[in-house]
Amino acid sequence: MRIALFLTCLGDALHPEVGRATVTLLERLGHEVVFPTDQTCCGQMHINTGYQREALPLVRHHVATFEPYDVIVAPSGSCVGCVRHQHAMVARGAHDERLAERADAVAGRTYELSELLVDVLGVEDVGAYYPHRVTYHPTCHSLRMLRVADKPLRLLRHVRGMTLLELPESDQCCGFGGTFALKNADTSTAMLADKMRNVLSTGAEVATAGDASCLMHIGGGLSRLRSGTRTVHLAEILAST
Amino acid sequence: MSTFLGIPAPRGVGHLRGDRSFPDAARGALADSQLRRNLGHATRVIRGKRAAVVGELDDWEQLRLAGSALKAATMARLDEHLERLEQEVTARGGTVHWARDANEANAIVTRLVQETGASEVVKVKSMATQEIGLNEALEAAGIEAHETDLAELIVQLGGDLPSHILVPAIHRNRAEIREIFLREMPGVDPELTAEPRKLAMAARAHLRERFLRAKVAISGANFGVADTGTLLVVESEGNGRMCLTLPETLITVMGIEKVVPTWQDLEVFLQLLPRSSTGERMNPYTSAWTGVTPGDGPQAFHLVLLDNGRTAVLGDDLGRSALHCIKCSACLNVCPVYERTGGHAYGSVYPGPIGAVLSPQLTGVEDNASLPYASSLCGACFDACPVRIDIPSLLVKLRAQHVDEQRKRAVPSAEAIAMAAASWVMSSPRRFAAAEKGSRAGRLLGRRAGRIRTLPPPLSAWTASRDAPRPPSETFREWWARERGGDS
Amino acid sequence: MTARDEVLGRIRAANAAAGHPAPQEVPRDYHRAGAHPAGAPELLELFRDRLVDYKATVLEAPADDVAKAVRAALADATGRVVVPPGLPDGWWPDGLAATRVTDDGLSPADLDTAAAVLTGCAAACATTGTIALDGSPDQGRRAITLVPDVHVCVVRTDQVVQTVPEMLAALEPTRPITFVSGPSATSDIELERVEGVHGPRTLIVVLTG
Repeated sequence: MRIALFLTCLGDALHPEVGRATVTLLERLGHEVVFPTDQTCCGQMHINTGYQREALPLVRHHVATFEPYDVIVAPSGSCVGCVRHQHAMVARGAHDERLAERADAVAGRTYELSELLVDVLGVEDVGAYYPHRVTYHPTCHSLRMLRVADKPLRLLRHVRGMTLLELPESDQCCGFGGTFALKNADTSTAMLADKMRNVLSTGAEVATAGDASCLMHIGGGLSRLRSGTRTVHLAEILAST
Repeated sequence: MSTFLGIPAPRGVGHLRGDRSFPDAARGALADSQLRRNLGHATRVIRGKRAAVVGELDDWEQLRLAGSALKAATMARLDEHLERLEQEVTARGGTVHWARDANEANAIVTRLVQETGASEVVKVKSMATQEIGLNEALEAAGIEAHETDLAELIVQLGGDLPSHILVPAIHRNRAEIREIFLREMPGVDPELTAEPRKLAMAARAHLRERFLRAKVAISGANFGVADTGTLLVVESEGNGRMCLTLPETLITVMGIEKVVPTWQDLEVFLQLLPRSSTGERMNPYTSAWTGVTPGDGPQAFHLVLLDNGRTAVLGDDLGRSALHCIKCSACLNVCPVYERTGGHAYGSVYPGPIGAVLSPQLTGVEDNASLPYASSLCGACFDACPVRIDIPSLLVKLRAQHVDEQRKRAVPSAEAIAMAAASWVMSSPRRFAAAEKGSRAGRLLGRRAGRIRTLPPPLSAWTASRDAPRPPSETFREWWARERGGDS
Repeated sequence: MTARDEVLGRIRAANAAAGHPAPQEVPRDYHRAGAHPAGAPELLELFRDRLVDYKATVLEAPADDVAKAVRAALADATGRVVVPPGLPDGWWPDGLAATRVTDDGLSPADLDTAAAVLTGCAAACATTGTIALDGSPDQGRRAITLVPDVHVCVVRTDQVVQTVPEMLAALEPTRPITFVSGPSATSDIELERVEGVHGPRTLIVVLTG
């Protein structure tokens, strides 16, 4: 299958290792990965902060960039959530019905990584080997916006050599929330503190998730604590052999 | 986007606006470790109870869909349902009053109490009367209002403000409540312990005489049934029954959104509400009355129908769904922000996720501009809402309304400039790639640690408690170009 | 313009501004009818379980001897027990220490000194452990089941339905209705339920028939 990689702006600029892992993983499974180099950003930060007007050109650009592809994958639950639930809304808010329809069509072909693997490619054992103690945080947008349910866990349970540790209160938000982390920094930090307490209580070496943004938040906190527990994206674990 | 300009709830009366922004008010709450413990304990208890009783019903999702559709259908013909309600209440011996806003409602209730000659009233817990500041208005007219719900009593005796829709004293633990009772409750047993049952008994003894002598009661209403003229109050302790049954005069203040078309519709809401609010299969007591029943209960009944900004909310095609709220407070109990800040930080009688979308719409968004941002958009509120209000989408829409209001400023905010710049950069792959190269200057920061420990404002809010990732030596698109030879 | 006309006018303007959202069809595919007919053994078992779970006491009585169970329920009562004007024959037991007082408009203070109240009910719901009172002659005014501290309520097994919709359908909405699910309770202190505040602190259900 020919799969277009939508890496997200954060992944491209700050976490290229997530993109490289996604490519490695999908190619190992026998698929062709293409990277449309015109891609920039889905506009999630703009939309969720209230800058719909500024988001409109980003939506238009994203739709035009990914329209030629039949299957699109992003290793980010929140960016897929934005494409799927917000792009058409922004277009309709600007009374551009044609763009809204095109956005809906692209959204219908866009999958979060675990959705692509389990639902589209029909694979749960990706042949990974990762000899570490790992705990999984099911990020809010994957859990409640995309309803990926236990798909990431089903993938992780097949990883050889790995000990999967259950995260207490796993469905609680880590406190990132995009610009929420800046606008309500104190509340965000309080939420992060509880998430880190739960992560550390598992004794895991690695906390993983399907979203680089939440991992940047949790990882930034764990690093500040010099806790020794690090964050690794789900794609990197699944790509490991 | 709607251009309807409704009439918001007036300033200077009632409790819909705080005097500080949410982040400022939250800061104090977050520093109060006792408050954090109280809230964490209480919300965890109620989340567990709710999950258990919701899990007993295999038709819960069907009930939610029915509740959502019923509310939407009601709002579409709200005028007709209210006229029918008025007609039925009047036909059965009640009197209906209409109030455009808080001031008008307060004046009507005050006049009605004065006409009875009473100088005190007993009250059933009611969000509508808190919203309009009725107790203060009555006090100004020399009428004493006794709150009779246990939590409201705790708040009133403690000189405190409510912090939760259902459990206004959720921010207090049993030891603090004991101290308030010992300090403020006349004639209380000095040996009173902090056992909840003993505290409830003390409240019973304190209020018993007031109930038995009361001539006038004031209530809200959970539902008003249009086709029969029936009002309902859902409660637990029996204080509601006392107020609704023993006095000679009953005055009920009901927001216009509380009407339901038919008695049959209650079969949905009386299943959704108790399980979502107190986590019970059914609350201990629900009272339903229609006008006046000779020889049973109050012989004078007044219904005050309140707008106070509700029609302004109704005029927004998406925002109007906030009026579907049945005030169960399930969204508060699952909200990670509410759990850590408590209700006072919201500055309104409607705290938590529903408050963050309802209060700004009732007052106009600029009067509560920080509330739509008081959420990480985690979505737990939508999942818990028994009538499926899409609170995250409403929050995003209200943020956009605030930003559009801010566009009218002569000088754009730093944030607006940054957002516009980011949009300009990111709508072009060439500019985006150039910006990525530029950001590599960030590699000069945190060279030794591999993480960045301090960033300039506004990103300093991030590095106050978290390290930031150091930009990599090579972006993905550079790696792709190097490895795979450019465009695909 | 009156406030009434102004508020109604605002509603119409608001609905117009929102594009006159069409009233959607209400899906009613939740359980309206129960799986069992009223009074089925499965429902009575569920009803008992729900009542006990919320701290009510349940006594059983054959249809022809309600009085025996009522005697047990009121064995400890001293002073006066209030009954509604239409208390069915055969419910009041002989040999009680307490005296029977038929309500003829007793004052709240009178009711406050009564030891207990004995009534029937209008309907009951097994799933939620709820009994509904509607002011019929065997139930009386709302005040008499509120002020006394003990409520003994006789429920006929054929009054017990499975679902909330069935219970509501069995009631006449314009009567004064009180739904009772267990004794008075509160969750206002740390959201933990404790029984017994202002309403009757003891609820004894006599299940008969």
